[in-house]
Amino acid sequence: MSAPLKPGQSPLDYAKRPWIIVLFGLVLLFLYAPIASLIVFSFNVDKSGVWHGFTFMNYVKAWNNDAIFYALSNSLTIAVLSTIVSTILGAMTALTLWRFRFPFKNMYEGFVALPIVVPEICMGISLAMFFSYTGMMAGVRDWIWPFNLINIIFAHIAFCFPFVAVVVRARLQGFNRQLEEASKDLGATETQTFMNVLVPFMMPSLVAGALLAFTLSLDDFVITLFSSGPGSVTFPVKIYGMVKRGVDMQINAASTVLIVVTFAATLIAMKLQSPSKAGH
Amino acid sequence: MTEPIVSIRNVSRRYPGGVTAVDNVSIDIAQNEFFALLGPSGCGKTTLLRMISGLDTPTEGQIFIGGQDMALTPPNLRPTNMVFQSYAVFPHMTVRDNVSYGLRVTGVEATETARRTTEALEMVKLGHLADRKPDQMSGGQRQRVALARALVKRPKVLLLDEPLSALDAKLRDDMRLELTRLQETVGITFIIVTHDQDEALSMASRIAVMEKGAVQQIATPAELYEQPRNKFVADFIGKVNLIDVSVLTQKGKMVTCNTKGLGKVDVSTDKACGDKATIAIRPEKLKISTAEPKGPALIKTRATIRDVAYYGDTSHIVADASDGLHLEINVQNNSRTGGAGVERGQKVWVHFNPVDALLLTE
Amino acid sequence: MRLGKGKVLILDNWKDYRRVFLTLATPGSLWLLVFFLIPMAFLFVLSFSSKAVINGETSTTAYDYFNTVGNYYASAGSSYLVLLWRAVWTSAVATLVCLLLAYPLALAVCFAAPRWRPLLLLLLILPFWINLLIRTYALYSIFRTTGVVNQAVGLIGLGPYEMLNNTSAVIMGLVYVYLPFMVLPLYSTIEKLDRSFLEASLDLGASQMRTFWSVTWPLTLPGVITGIILVYIPCLGTFLTSDILGGPNNWTIGNAIQNQFLEANNWPFGAALSFILMYATFIALVLRAVVARRSKGVDA
Repeated sequence: MSAPLKPGQSPLDYAKRPWIIVLFGLVLLFLYAPIASLIVFSFNVDKSGVWHGFTFMNYVKAWNNDAIFYALSNSLTIAVLSTIVSTILGAMTALTLWRFRFPFKNMYEGFVALPIVVPEICMGISLAMFFSYTGMMAGVRDWIWPFNLINIIFAHIAFCFPFVAVVVRARLQGFNRQLEEASKDLGATETQTFMNVLVPFMMPSLVAGALLAFTLSLDDFVITLFSSGPGSVTFPVKIYGMVKRGVDMQINAASTVLIVVTFAATLIAMKLQSPSKAGH
Repeated sequence: MTEPIVSIRNVSRRYPGGVTAVDNVSIDIAQNEFFALLGPSGCGKTTLLRMISGLDTPTEGQIFIGGQDMALTPPNLRPTNMVFQSYAVFPHMTVRDNVSYGLRVTGVEATETARRTTEALEMVKLGHLADRKPDQMSGGQRQRVALARALVKRPKVLLLDEPLSALDAKLRDDMRLELTRLQETVGITFIIVTHDQDEALSMASRIAVMEKGAVQQIATPAELYEQPRNKFVADFIGKVNLIDVSVLTQKGKMVTCNTKGLGKVDVSTDKACGDKATIAIRPEKLKISTAEPKGPALIKTRATIRDVAYYGDTSHIVADASDGLHLEINVQNNSRTGGAGVERGQKVWVHFNPVDALLLTE
Repeated sequence: MRLGKGKVLILDNWKDYRRVFLTLATPGSLWLLVFFLIPMAFLFVLSFSSKAVINGETSTTAYDYFNTVGNYYASAGSSYLVLLWRAVWTSAVATLVCLLLAYPLALAVCFAAPRWRPLLLLLLILPFWINLLIRTYALYSIFRTTGVVNQAVGLIGLGPYEMLNNTSAVIMGLVYVYLPFMVLPLYSTIEKLDRSFLEASLDLGASQMRTFWSVTWPLTLPGVITGIILVYIPCLGTFLTSDILGGPNNWTIGNAIQNQFLEANNWPFGAALSFILMYATFIALVLRAVVARRSKGVDA
């Protein structure tokens, strides 16, 4: 049953097994072919599945499509603002859980993790009801941009910051508290110690957490759909509406732009993260 | 030698990218030997052991086990078993399940499995802990589990990868005796990999010293110590003074050479040598005296004591001779008073008998 | 909690640093209270309520609170049970497919040459960073009847086939979207697994297959469980994938909830459906905890 090995082959060289290589290739094809095709066809002259010629028209049309443009700028604004607040709230929550013991701590930890596990659609409709009952849904409708997005931003922060807290806390777990003591021993105050020792140590996780929050916010469709009023459409909500009406190469064009933006943000965050990673 | 149980023939292990871990190694290991592969880390000894077990395969050469070329046979079909450096005792099984694992997976009948498992556990004195999980055991106990687990299979060859390195000093001495005892009782060939020369010298019947993927010398412990084949072996096994010499004349076995610090000396050798050679002399074979030693054949020199380190039973002395020659001398502290009997800065004579010195040509 | 050697984690008592503690803990707690807990409580109350009847007419905005469990009865109506059951089993199949694909892939990444590992892992999880809707739309556009796949099939004179609007399309979409969630926990568990366990098993005479089932699988089970939970729970509440790739005939409970809120306008009923989905989610979490407790002693 066990076939002889090849010269220089170890029995644990699973990565070199032909069937695994084939599987890996097929999965990569499955993962990337749809996206590649989406990007390629964003340059197609018509919306059929056949290549009929190269054009930038879809990009021009999408750029001039006010609805897409506003949806995209709404999405980015919401993502940036909720990322900032989520990172701060998440870091504070992580510090609380890492640093202190207090009554009902286990229960509190479960409570903070709840938004991560609760189905999005449940959270979405509960927020929809909350906003309409409290009058916030109607109340902010006529506010000046970007304040008319405030409900969505509040909602996004609520499901993003627990993720940041998880990431930051995992990093803090590896912190050697003797460093803190050493800093105080050398005459630094509590605040100086925090800024000079703890914050630099947390930095990679803050960057990672912020990136995660940004992606989650940009990605979110379900919660946004329910907590947004008619005037405040985000990119995913807009695309959803367009997809329901059929395939349109403007979607491909706008999506390609968003994919490029997301990958650029990911790469930048990874670059930012790597030097401080080497520093510990 | 009768038919060897393990015969490694011209085995090499090259990695893509040009690294050669094992370079054209040939070793024959006889039935019932306690054989050690000794060398510094990265010398290829572990790779060689893994190739005997089948966890790695040679890129060239053959490995005969029990007369059959098994170089490319998967590990589960080889009559060898291994005791891993990290022990690799399965954490999700009890001690008994660990020990019986190798019998169960090869379809040994249940009552037979139970009997042999109990037997193996008794042999390593773990019968009373059979139902424990490994995380409730000490390192020494886990190692016994690993030993029992391998021996219960009654392999033709037992492979041990740095078996003592993770134990503390006291336990290591006990285990060393225990391994020797086990090897004598079970009568299985043991091949042990170690970087610790004391371990190899005290346990093994024969030792292969490896460096940079190649075997430097295969010999008994005493031969290795007293007749090292080259500078690397002389230096790696025990302490040694290596003195570079230029050869003046060779007449038969007698070589006359010129040496910094010692002047013109005569030593004997079996081998023909070129212009350059090295005299190797063990520190305990050097003597110190305050008066000039008498004796026609003695090689001697004036020296100044630079350092004396006291070790209880012995003292290690470093002395500076002329021409920048440093000599290390070990002195037995034979009386309760006085220690080595010399002190730093003192001028002494250092001398040795030329038969205790070895002329190395490689 | 496991700590590295030599690290002692001493937690401060909150009473000794009351002001620091309150400053750090209050904002997050308040946020979750207002924008998570209170809305959820609302939803819970609503699920036991009905539309108020004022002057003989059913109001569209007012409710009678806590007066009925009828919404839950109604949810037990066969059509909704079908939707819940469909969510449960399509999610299970999608999770299983993810596991079957991700395990060998994670194994391959972990046993690849160290310099290739980060790149291979990145390739598998990079799609996670692309917007969920875009990915679903990408699948939709290549598998539609006039999409690339059908065009390619057409070249050899076959098709076009209806590849969407069926359960398989929903399952494929779920696998496509959630595969990275399975790869990551498996990778981190297998990566931590000491190879000498596998080597010892092979060395003791077990075949590769036997080694996998007796050693590799039980020792990586914690990662498998985490992966299953990470994939199964979002699949259960899925809404987009079933909507876009499955169409109305393949709706699951997520679509039903959305429908009650945005179209049928029966909020109490939608609330009850939401809580049923939430209970299903918590049952999955409890099952995980039970399995995790049983496999205690197995090193994660």
